[in-house]
Amino acid sequence: MKAEPEVTSDRAGDALLVRLSGPWTIGGDRALEDAAAEIERAGERFGSAIIDLSDVTALDTAGAWVIDRARARLAGRGVAVDVRWANPRHQTLLEQAGWRPFEREKPARRGGVIGLLAGVGAGAVAVLRDFVRGVAFLGEVMTALARCARNPARLRPTSVVFHVEQFGFRAAPIIVLINFLVGCIVAQQGVFQLSRFGAATFVVDLIGILVLRELAVLLTSIMVAGRSGSAITAEVGSMKMREEIDALRVMGLDPVEVLILPRIIALVISLPLLTFLADMAAIFGGLLVTWGYGGLSPEIFMARLQSAISLNTFLVGLIKAPFMALVIGMIAAIEGLKTEGSAESLGRQVTASVVKAIFMVILIDGLFAMFFAAIDY
Amino acid sequence: MADVAPTNPDTLIANGDPTPAIRVRDVVVGFGSKIILNGLSLDVRRGEVMGFVGGSGTGKSVLTRAILGLVPKRSGTIEAFGLDLAVLAQRERRAMERRWGVLFQHGALFSGLTVRQNIQVPMREYLSLSQGLMDELAMLKLDLVGLRPDAADKHPSELSGGMIKRVALARALALDPEILFLDEPTSGLDPIGAADFDELIATLQKTLGLTVFMVTHDLGSLYSICDRIAALAEGKVIATGTVADMLAIDHPWVRSYFHGARASQMMPPARLT
Repeated sequence: MKAEPEVTSDRAGDALLVRLSGPWTIGGDRALEDAAAEIERAGERFGSAIIDLSDVTALDTAGAWVIDRARARLAGRGVAVDVRWANPRHQTLLEQAGWRPFEREKPARRGGVIGLLAGVGAGAVAVLRDFVRGVAFLGEVMTALARCARNPARLRPTSVVFHVEQFGFRAAPIIVLINFLVGCIVAQQGVFQLSRFGAATFVVDLIGILVLRELAVLLTSIMVAGRSGSAITAEVGSMKMREEIDALRVMGLDPVEVLILPRIIALVISLPLLTFLADMAAIFGGLLVTWGYGGLSPEIFMARLQSAISLNTFLVGLIKAPFMALVIGMIAAIEGLKTEGSAESLGRQVTASVVKAIFMVILIDGLFAMFFAAIDY
Repeated sequence: MADVAPTNPDTLIANGDPTPAIRVRDVVVGFGSKIILNGLSLDVRRGEVMGFVGGSGTGKSVLTRAILGLVPKRSGTIEAFGLDLAVLAQRERRAMERRWGVLFQHGALFSGLTVRQNIQVPMREYLSLSQGLMDELAMLKLDLVGLRPDAADKHPSELSGGMIKRVALARALALDPEILFLDEPTSGLDPIGAADFDELIATLQKTLGLTVFMVTHDLGSLYSICDRIAALAEGKVIATGTVADMLAIDHPWVRSYFHGARASQMMPPARLT
């Protein structure tokens, strides 16, 4: 049976004698708080009270705090309280951990309409700042690139190759797989829907144009943003947290040139290669489904594909890939460099990096679609 | 807490309870083929401040981590309050963990929480106190470790090194533990800050009746607050005793440590007699 702090009170003349017994420690949990409240309740009806600590078996800072707090609160209501018969160790504790006021100003909080408007304003300013920061960062990356172009010894080929392996080579299986599946799904839907109009053979045009122009590059970019963009943000962010970025700076090394440029170059190399793989995987998936589900032989599929698409259909997709890579790499780096000291902040930046990168990839794809339509490519 | 033996520091100190707070016997800890601790034995008595010294990489922190159960041991026994930590059930183990507080070398504060929330983590997990009392206790602990109340709402990244140590100490003290493990408490502090911190630990130890197990490199701490010192070399405790005992030990490492140039400067003349 667990012993609990207890309070018994007796009248002693005009005063109240409050006897405390049992362990007054933080282990008492709620019972400790209740017992302390009991002292206050018993004491407030009297002009003076004596708190007797002689039967207290154990006392710690929490116990000393609640006892002394009760004493101080009663004193505040005009009850003279005397704490007596504490053993020397308890006496020291009562002195060291005794009641004291803590004044702490609460941070001013704006509520209601003003708070809402302030939030909207801050959000708008943040978007603008993000844009300016992005442009400035693009400038930094380009200057670093120019420096490396003038003096190729400054380029870090080992780092670039390493990251091409990380971002490109190691991503190939999953990118091939998802694009193969998407090719299959587009073909299945195409055969199913178009056969109702007796236009089942047009499924090849559908697959060829949709996959090569839009889907493959878009899916690949989204996958890379999630897979490699997040990795860049986490790496750069944790380096920022541990002052490694500052260490580079004081050694006279430019973090953009040392850390970020190789990663962005690796992305710009990897993403078009992955897009090519994605194109092939999706068309292969489409071919298999039109053959098995639509009954179109591979020979007819190939012949139809040749007439349906031209080189520019294929290039439209591929041209977009390096731009997507640049945007993903830049957003990842900017978000990484924004990381502050806490683990929470790192998590927030990685999330922001992936969300912003995917959003920008889709936005840029839309802009390209309008651009290619305008120049009739 | 009631399931683990009487925990009243008053009676324990008064009765001079002979069971040591921590009892380590023939402990072997190794990583791969490398043996770090080779048959180490050590007693930490209740209510004492034990300083644990040794060269860099000799396994001081490893022993602390082995006692705390963060590093597996290959053989030997580790007891706290007379209970073998290896055979404790989950529930007893948790009760035991409430009885010790740990100050990690770099503070190990939760970076996503404010100082006040950091101190309240153990209270919140183990107890169901009201938020008001938890706030007050957190502020009290901050005050005890000598921090101003306005530090309470800061995040660890906004604190200086010395403040981080103090907050970490406040968190270690959150549940009023009986044993306090300190891993290099004064490393990274300036000499004045380190002396202050030593004094703080000594005061808290006396007030709260703590047993303190302190891994340290700081000769100042050894001289000023440690009741006993244990020296670690070659995976074993090669000597235990007071500073005076250490000075008499004839082991090359102990000699160079306690008779080195820095040690001679630390030595208050009165202590020599």
